[in-house]
Amino acid sequence: MSMVEQFDARSCVLLRLGDRRFALAAEQIAELVAPSRVFRFAHRTTEIDGVILRRGRVVPVCDVAEKLTGKKLTSRRFYLVATQKRGASLDWVALPVSGECELITADLTPAGESDSPHVAAWLSHDGEVIEVLNLDALTPVPGDREILTQGGSPEAHA
Amino acid sequence: MQFASTHKAPHARTEQIILFRCSTQVFAISSASVQEVRSVDSLAGSPMEIDEPTLPKVRHMFRRGEQNLYVVNGAVHFGLRPSPASLILLLRRSRTALLIDGIEKMTTMTRLQALPAAFCHEERVWYRGLTVLDQNVIPAVSPEGFLTADELFLLDALVSRMVVTETAAANGIGLGL
Repeated sequence: MSMVEQFDARSCVLLRLGDRRFALAAEQIAELVAPSRVFRFAHRTTEIDGVILRRGRVVPVCDVAEKLTGKKLTSRRFYLVATQKRGASLDWVALPVSGECELITADLTPAGESDSPHVAAWLSHDGEVIEVLNLDALTPVPGDREILTQGGSPEAHA
Repeated sequence: MQFASTHKAPHARTEQIILFRCSTQVFAISSASVQEVRSVDSLAGSPMEIDEPTLPKVRHMFRRGEQNLYVVNGAVHFGLRPSPASLILLLRRSRTALLIDGIEKMTTMTRLQALPAAFCHEERVWYRGLTVLDQNVIPAVSPEGFLTADELFLLDALVSRMVVTETAAANGIGLGL
């Protein structure tokens, strides 16, 4: 494997979930916001806590800490609002994090076949090897295109 | 010669909605989808009891014209803690009557946002979308989302069997005595 294949310098945001740090590609990050009121309503998607309101937009809150660390976050310091491309649309999702976030540039090593689906790549920072997350593997994904079409396009009111 | 533009900013489209409560939660429904609001007491005596273990949200049915109308308990439908219901919303162009705790108010919504795609289970059928009212996020229910075609088929079949059994019992036949 050549160095070009092995390393790819990218901007990433480091996030803290409990005792561990993870990274997300910086281009996926929309903003970092202070915790605000979480609105909850009846639904069956257990991974989603509720929604927050950001700039008039409804953003689902998805706590990925339990999947990644085995523990739910006991304190939420910020919401890292990330974007996900779903077909033609760009969805926002708010990830609760328990500490400061940091923007870094690092060389990424692509994930191998034996890595978990939630690992997009690896980076090394401050002597720590950190997983760069594949958000699509951590947040709920509609499995049934028909259901998504039915509910996903309510008539819009100007 | 050019005429002065007569273009005016379009009026925001609005929709009249009813905010209703099931258990501890508030939902919105388009008032155009509601044909009638009745007190639970006003239906006492006439409904037929239904006991279909796979559909615990439907416990009663009543006839209106040629149709069977099925009463869906809103709290059970949304997986909320059951609470004493006081009102029934008869839905327009539907065979569903919705049992609710109460009506909060009638109001107007100007914007309905799509349910974020991260919500990927039954809620996609339950809701038309989400609306923001007084800094609160309220799900707007889809009137068609309370009973699927399969559920209606199952209920119709159950009611037909019940009617046949009752008729046979009333006529004293089919008991093999």
